Amino acid sequence: MTTIAGEPVPRHGVRIFAIWLVLTAIAVPLIVLVLGPHLPPPHMTVESVDQRNANIVMTALLVPIALLVLVYFIYSFVFFRETTDAIVDGPPIKGHAGAQLLWIVLTSTIVLALAVWGSYTLIAGAHGAGGGQGPDPAAKPTGYQHALPVQVIGQQWEWTFRYPTYGGIETRDLAIPEHTLVAFHVTSLDVTHSFWAYELGVKADAVPGVDNIAYVNPRHTGLFQIRCAELCGLWHGHMSKKGRILASSAFQAWISAAQKKNASIVKYLPKYSRVYYPAPLRRAG
Amino acid sequence: MSATPIAAQPPVWRRLIGFNMLTGLALGIGGWFLGAWIGGQMAVGHPYLQGTDQNDVGIYMGYLFAVIGWLVGLGFANYPIGRLLGRAPSLRHHETGSWTRYFRLCTDHKVVGIQYLFGVGIFFFIGGLNAMLMRTELLRPVEQAWPASQYLTLVSLHGTMMIMMTSAFILGPFGNYFVPIMIGARRMAFPRIEALTFWLVPAAGLILLSAIAFGGIATGWTGYAPLADEGRAGMDAYVMSFILIAISLTLVGLNLMATILTMRAPGMSWTRLPIFVWSVLATSILMALAAPVLVASMTMVLMDRAANTSFFVASVGGSQYLYENLFWFFGHPEVYILALPGFGIVLEILPVFARKPLWGYRLAVAGMLGVTLLSFMVWQHHLFVSGMNAGLRPFYMLTTELISIPTGFIFLNAIGTLWRARIRFTVPMLFALAFFFNFLIGGLSGIFLSDVPSDVTTHGSYFVMAHFHYTIVGGLVFAFFGAVYYWLPKMLGFELNETLGKIHFWLFFVFFNLTFFPLFAAGFLDMPRRVSTYAPHLQTLNIFVSASAYVIGLSMLIFIANLIWSLVFVRQPAAENPWVSRGLEWQVPTPVPIENFDRIPVITSGPYEYGVPNAPPVADFAPGALPAAGR
Ligand code: HEM
Ligand SMILES: [Cu+2]
Ligand SMILES: [Cu+2]
Repeated sequence: MTTIAGEPVPRHGVRIFAIWLVLTAIAVPLIVLVLGPHLPPPHMTVESVDQRNANIVMTALLVPIALLVLVYFIYSFVFFRETTDAIVDGPPIKGHAGAQLLWIVLTSTIVLALAVWGSYTLIAGAHGAGGGQGPDPAAKPTGYQHALPVQVIGQQWEWTFRYPTYGGIETRDLAIPEHTLVAFHVTSLDVTHSFWAYELGVKADAVPGVDNIAYVNPRHTGLFQIRCAELCGLWHGHMSKKGRILASSAFQAWISAAQKKNASIVKYLPKYSRVYYPAPLRRAG
Repeated sequence: MSATPIAAQPPVWRRLIGFNMLTGLALGIGGWFLGAWIGGQMAVGHPYLQGTDQNDVGIYMGYLFAVIGWLVGLGFANYPIGRLLGRAPSLRHHETGSWTRYFRLCTDHKVVGIQYLFGVGIFFFIGGLNAMLMRTELLRPVEQAWPASQYLTLVSLHGTMMIMMTSAFILGPFGNYFVPIMIGARRMAFPRIEALTFWLVPAAGLILLSAIAFGGIATGWTGYAPLADEGRAGMDAYVMSFILIAISLTLVGLNLMATILTMRAPGMSWTRLPIFVWSVLATSILMALAAPVLVASMTMVLMDRAANTSFFVASVGGSQYLYENLFWFFGHPEVYILALPGFGIVLEILPVFARKPLWGYRLAVAGMLGVTLLSFMVWQHHLFVSGMNAGLRPFYMLTTELISIPTGFIFLNAIGTLWRARIRFTVPMLFALAFFFNFLIGGLSGIFLSDVPSDVTTHGSYFVMAHFHYTIVGGLVFAFFGAVYYWLPKMLGFELNETLGKIHFWLFFVFFNLTFFPLFAAGFLDMPRRVSTYAPHLQTLNIFVSASAYVIGLSMLIFIANLIWSLVFVRQPAAENPWVSRGLEWQVPTPVPIENFDRIPVITSGPYEYGVPNAPPVADFAPGALPAAGR
């Protein structure tokens, strides 16, 4: 214990560090084990699992940082407060080269590690992480040539879906087969929308004149929520529906039924194309 | 300073006539009709100039002439015309005394500061009222209080109004008022431009509000094309008001930059410059470089709408990505235009109430300049899933995360300054400390958004909404109120009631967090932004949030009550230096004399030398005939 002018000075730094260590030791396991499984998105696809893992890692890393700052602040409020009414100056410390250097090194290390890890999961691990990658994806999963193409067409205020490998039929429901790599080709007929399939971990802007591709690997069957995540006018909030991941055989049955239903109208549809240019916009509400 | 007594005032009704706000309003309204008529004539026989249901040319010409009328009515044409006619330049002589100078063109930087404080403040409260109306709609998961179109207009008005007004929330009132005093100058570099920057603000605010009468705004504050191209005439109001605000911001930036670079008193070296002035300098660089890009992109929207060009219309060769790039090239620096002044304020307040020097002054400066530089390199993090430049996503992920390093410096400054300090929890100090708590959460949530795999889920969701309210409201607005409680005694000459101040603080702080923290969860649970209907299972959460938001509204009413109580009823004159601060601005008399200083002071030491043995006073206010050499 050091002393200044005969008075013992408590070792604030050690105490703060100890409190922080205890809190972190409690918080991090709680985050990973208790909070982690509830972090989004739900685990229906390989991509969404990767996203959830990213969220768990980041929460487990960032909460200790937040705790450090908070513990320090609260500690200083308790121990470094002026207890009298008098205005007394504190010690004139203007800086500390070592502390500054340490801080810079620490924050830079964390930040660079996060960026490298984020890029790695984005490109090598998660193959684009379910996000829209434009017409010429930078991160392609293995076997992308054989992915099932599904075109997602945003329009005010509805989503429709076309299956080019099944005669280019257009449906109002989305179904995809389990354990099959799917390539969503997202585009728009009017303004910008954003195709958001929450449980799939997919989000891709629907931009007029652009074929925005997102890959996804469905892991098991079930329902998922589709929404629009980019403001597109009056009924933006109503562009939601449920999509389905079906077992392969169920998907085959569904798509042949849809083909049959579509047979009489498919000739009136515009020819399947990566993008569409309908007549120029008209003013609407 | 001249000692000429102020001439006897003419009666009130006589003073209402002349170049002032009333005349400006009258000429503005007249200008609107003239312009709309001219625009109507222009479009005759040119079908491509007319939309299907309106003539945008007429609307834009109306707004243009309204602005010209407003400025002429305020007297902005007098000086140039007078100079053309060979009259002597007149600046100060009728700017003393009477309260009417607050309603006229006035080139005293202190008057402009107070005009800004109240002008921007009023629009801020209108924006806040919009927020209350939105939260009312969100009490139930289906449309109930307002039809969908009105809800969208509320979102857009709230967002646009807030962004426009809070861009100069600190630089307008406190930058204009205090920067010249803090650097030992008598005025700003360009006083008439300074007045212009303020008077453009109410014009922009009123024009934006006029959107209500023109079918509203459906695009949110980001105004994405081609949705903006589709919009009703309310969109023209959005475009016009953003152009005006951007011009104003550019000029504010240039003016403050020129002032700080050229008008520092002798001895005000770069290492003695108050940290608030550094933050203003950094912000002014951002404003001068980023705001013109907004003028450009808004002008392109204007052309697309009024003259049927197709910058952003894909089917005729344009690209919506062009808009997104231009907008966010402005938009990201814009968020630091909002944040940096807050950094400056809290670091200015902390040493005064910790009674210690600012810890790591150079680091703070480096942090602010680092943020300034980096903020121009990150804009595509708003477009991670847009399908544009997917190969560049790791780059923007990196630059975005890099910004947290210089931002972290500001936290280290606070940590160092509080170390073994003698903290006094005054109202300004409470707001400054709360800033760090809020900005910590806001900043760390930003790291989630910068990580592409995580952003795929959170983009466009309420997570984003919670994130930016934590940084803007929790950061900027808290810093703003810190500055209000800290500096208002100097600006207005009266003390504010401390108890009411503390009630305001605690209600605002607690319920701010209760309002916005749950919204991170709403975003995680797939609630998209800008919707008036949502999944029913989120209703409990939303009711809780709305209830908390109402308490924030209440805390603001308490603040207004405090203002009225303290300024109108109690009128307890403030001491010259109530906080015993070393800042130069506290060494001048209250109210601040029109020339600020009898003589330009010579700065003799830094502003944060608390506890330094034998520290000289900050400045020599009566330097000898020859100012001491050396800057
Ligand atoms: C009591 C305080 C506030 C409440 C309760 C509040 C509430 C809201 C709500 C409900 C939305 C709509 C969210 C959505 O659907 O996307 C919103 C959007 C927004 N708010 Fe606030 N807000 C508050 C204060 C502020 C302040 C002080 C600012 C800025 C200084 C601000 C800036 C914005 C912006 C920029 C948007 C985005 C608008 C858009 O989506 O285009 N808010 N706010
Ligand atoms: Cu949509
Ligand atoms: Cu940004």
